[in-house]
Amino acid sequence: MGRYIPSTPSEQQEMLRSIGLDDFRALYQDVPGEMYLEQGLDIPSGMSELEVGRTVSAMAADNTVFSTVLRGAGAYDHYIPSIVKYIPAKEEFLTAYTPYQAELSQGILQSIFEYQTMICALTGMDVSNASVYDGATAAAEAAAMCRDRKRRVTLISAAAHPDTINTVKTYCYGTNDELRIVPVKDGRTDAAALKKMLCAGDVASFYVQQPNFFGLFEDAEELGRIAHEAGAMYIMGCNPIALAIMKTPAECGADVAVGEGQPLGMPISYGGPYLGFMATTAKHMRKLPGRIVGQTVDSHGERCFVLSLQAREQHIRREKASSNICSNEALCALTAGVYMAAMGPEGMRDAARQSMAKAHYLAKELCKINGVSMRYSGEFFHEFLLDMPKIPEVLQALETQGILGGLPFDGGVLWCATEKAPREVLDKAVAIVKEVLSK
Amino acid sequence: MKLIFEKSVKGRGCSILPTCDVDMAPLSDALSRKSELKLPEMSETDISRHYTELCKRVHGVNCGFYPLGSCTMKYNPRIDEEMAALKGFTAVHPLAPEYSVKGCKEVLDTARKYLCEISGMDGMTFQPAAGAHGEFTGVLLIKQYHDSRNDKKRTKIIVPDSAHGTNPATAAMCGYQVVNIPSAENGCVDIAALKAALGDDTAGLMLTNPNTVGIFDENILEITRLVHEAGGLCYYDGANLNAIMGVVRPGDMGFDCIHMNLHKTFATPHGGGGPGAGAVGCKDFLKDFLPSSAIMGGSGIQVRSFMGNFLVVVRALTYIMTLGKEGIPEAAKNAVLNANYLMRAIQGTFEPAFDRICMHEFVLDLSKFKEETGVSALDVAKSLIDRGIHPPTMYFPLIVHEALMLEPTETESRDTLDDAAEAFRSLYELAHEDPEYMRTAPHNAQIGRPDEVQAARSPILRWREA
Amino acid sequence: MNYPNELSYSKSHEWVKNEDGVYVVGISDFAQHALGDVVFVNLPAEGDDVTAGAAFGDVESVKAVSDLVSPVSGTICAVNEELVDSPELLNSDPYGAWIIKVENVNGTEDLLSAAEYEAFCKEEK
Repeated sequence: MGRYIPSTPSEQQEMLRSIGLDDFRALYQDVPGEMYLEQGLDIPSGMSELEVGRTVSAMAADNTVFSTVLRGAGAYDHYIPSIVKYIPAKEEFLTAYTPYQAELSQGILQSIFEYQTMICALTGMDVSNASVYDGATAAAEAAAMCRDRKRRVTLISAAAHPDTINTVKTYCYGTNDELRIVPVKDGRTDAAALKKMLCAGDVASFYVQQPNFFGLFEDAEELGRIAHEAGAMYIMGCNPIALAIMKTPAECGADVAVGEGQPLGMPISYGGPYLGFMATTAKHMRKLPGRIVGQTVDSHGERCFVLSLQAREQHIRREKASSNICSNEALCALTAGVYMAAMGPEGMRDAARQSMAKAHYLAKELCKINGVSMRYSGEFFHEFLLDMPKIPEVLQALETQGILGGLPFDGGVLWCATEKAPREVLDKAVAIVKEVLSK
Repeated sequence: MKLIFEKSVKGRGCSILPTCDVDMAPLSDALSRKSELKLPEMSETDISRHYTELCKRVHGVNCGFYPLGSCTMKYNPRIDEEMAALKGFTAVHPLAPEYSVKGCKEVLDTARKYLCEISGMDGMTFQPAAGAHGEFTGVLLIKQYHDSRNDKKRTKIIVPDSAHGTNPATAAMCGYQVVNIPSAENGCVDIAALKAALGDDTAGLMLTNPNTVGIFDENILEITRLVHEAGGLCYYDGANLNAIMGVVRPGDMGFDCIHMNLHKTFATPHGGGGPGAGAVGCKDFLKDFLPSSAIMGGSGIQVRSFMGNFLVVVRALTYIMTLGKEGIPEAAKNAVLNANYLMRAIQGTFEPAFDRICMHEFVLDLSKFKEETGVSALDVAKSLIDRGIHPPTMYFPLIVHEALMLEPTETESRDTLDDAAEAFRSLYELAHEDPEYMRTAPHNAQIGRPDEVQAARSPILRWREA
Repeated sequence: MNYPNELSYSKSHEWVKNEDGVYVVGISDFAQHALGDVVFVNLPAEGDDVTAGAAFGDVESVKAVSDLVSPVSGTICAVNEELVDSPELLNSDPYGAWIIKVENVNGTEDLLSAAEYEAFCKEEK
């Protein structure tokens, strides 16, 4: 019923007549008659805004919203400052296209330039692109940019997120390249195994996630050294909140730093839209895929911004481009920029430290319960894998109290805490677990 | 204007988080960050003003006419935004238990059902995050199909020379050799060239219909039949679906798989270059090859984490439900009407590359005009900026020289089209009177023409302290 | 347009000069003009083998990229690293700004003389 068509039926008739046609069918004279949909589509009739609002809201209401989320595994429920929700909702930011025309897109171009600078600040790298789809595709694109004619194989740690591993695997399947998975020992990448797997000399790059899927910190510097000794490039997938306090990819010697940018102000939203961030060293700048915004001057000599280094991209290189990526996640990059500005360096560190503190508190309290223990030892960030009995019962009991517990994984439970959970909620969760396990 | 870093004042900040109520867990020195974290330090007022200033330097669909060809810059309804912002969607964890995500499933199932009906497909995934990403997924369906039959000799994908750059780039990402075939004089597929390219090494064909010059290829059934006879599959690039949705279906044209740009055809906002969503549909026999998420229990290929850009699907579904069975074809028909109306209103000054009925977009050929006046398609585009109109797509498709491609969409009124036609006509006259003025346009924009050569030769890609 | 007599040319617009068995390769004035402002050159490495008629690198302008096609087969013995920082030399001095030098040459494309190449370019226009 709503159509967002301004022209009235009589205007439409006049317009048709003005171009010498009698009806709409005549506009489609090239469409063979046998495929023209005379009978129309088999979908419901349109609705008014009031009705459609009611219907879609009812679908949203069919979901259970937990007041506390102690589950991460790639989607992290951090606090989002209020201003972060309002700025990207401005219609100009929301509805513009990719800023091809610099003369009327300076706002978007500058916001991306600022985002690129912030990603460089966070990772310590020299050059960031304007973002890619998500953390998993960022890893896959990074692996692709590291391949050359002689070195084609990609190595990935088994302690990376399963979706990242599977996405990289799929991209490798596309280009008929090989992906080999480096095994895990005690919850971390097995450095000895990595060393052996690099021997053949055909490895283009090695990817490690920091902190890894189990929440544990890898010895990222050492792994980088091993990769470089064998002539392979080193890719680190990083949690952007942890980057406020942990050793940066640059400090660990990474050639490419990527990650899932969702924790930087994006809601978990059943999986998307998220943000893939991607940065590299000056040396590899021209291999970086995707849009990149650069600074230049205009005809009056004033500073301005443009989409730059476009000759790398598909619209110019076509089948010789290293990636087909066209759009980025500009609005999510804007969101991340506003988030980092609102948090500031101190707020970012605070979010990281508090998330880590709450996770350690939760781990410590849960481990006091009989039958509950940490699967792995060693330093962890805001996630940890616990072994415990009666997992379905525990999670169900938590859910009935509005708490989404950790993710059942590999026979244990992968828990996550962020700055969002106050101590009393963590205490409540621990009490519920204790009660179920004492029965 | 200043960069956010140039506005930063040491010690400023916003009050966001409370004091931590549990003991701190220190990170060992070996793992700790050594370098300073140089992010801006801003008050909330500073941030609000900064981004408002940036916002004023953006031309959105809400600001004025945006006839950017092949991008379908239609109006983005606000109700779609409101639905996507519902806490019942935004606060849902992708790995929450089945029973708690019934609403999300309903959104995906309903959107899948409607979009399959609109495209004439049987199965669909929402995992791809953009159009190019959808192409990648679709061509991987073709690859898996041939692999599953152990048909290893199919190494080539055929792409017309008028195609968008993502088509050949996608084929290459899927390990295929690209065979570019020339277009016929009318911009459609040259059947003889297609026949010559087809063989038992053909994996498939990538095509959009209507094509990139805005013409519906009337030989489409013969084209898809020829590809199938050679043992290849047909991939439909949904970039131009807005012309035909509800009128004719890619599935009925003989295509086996398709991507749809939810951010074009189904009115979800472009966001300055994403997030979009490239829903991929396929016929029954390809359904088993659709991607899934490993962490969610899937065992297939995977092109992204979890289930894709879910909130974009919420917006698209809201839009489809609003339009419904009557509104979907009506939108397409008015998109086509508006394009033809504008083309005829401009004609007589700037000439269309193909003088015939177009679909939702048309291409102007300015090569003769440039010879006469020395004013290029780029100069005309930049001059439009001074008149409050976003320039059309320039120099695409590559088969038309000095091309300007206009796609007005159905959400523009006749008045807007009349005003735009008047702007084009007056620029045509200006080019004959004062070509130099146009060669240095824009004159009233945020900036003058940027020096792109300097940007590429000496790249400055981030801010550094002076 | 400048077509120095002492050079040979390929139909893909590279020039070649035989300096005592070492073949020096660059792009012609016609090529640099058609490309517009060159912003970057993707160079091969010393020691790489090149094949006559096959690409050994590419040159980028702001909105185009063009393969560099080797007119000879052999082994690269020198690469003009100056082009990394100053790609504009290809525009300002196309016959001075060589790109690669090739030794152990064991084959060449059918090369044109300056006069033949000039005629060829006139037709291409």
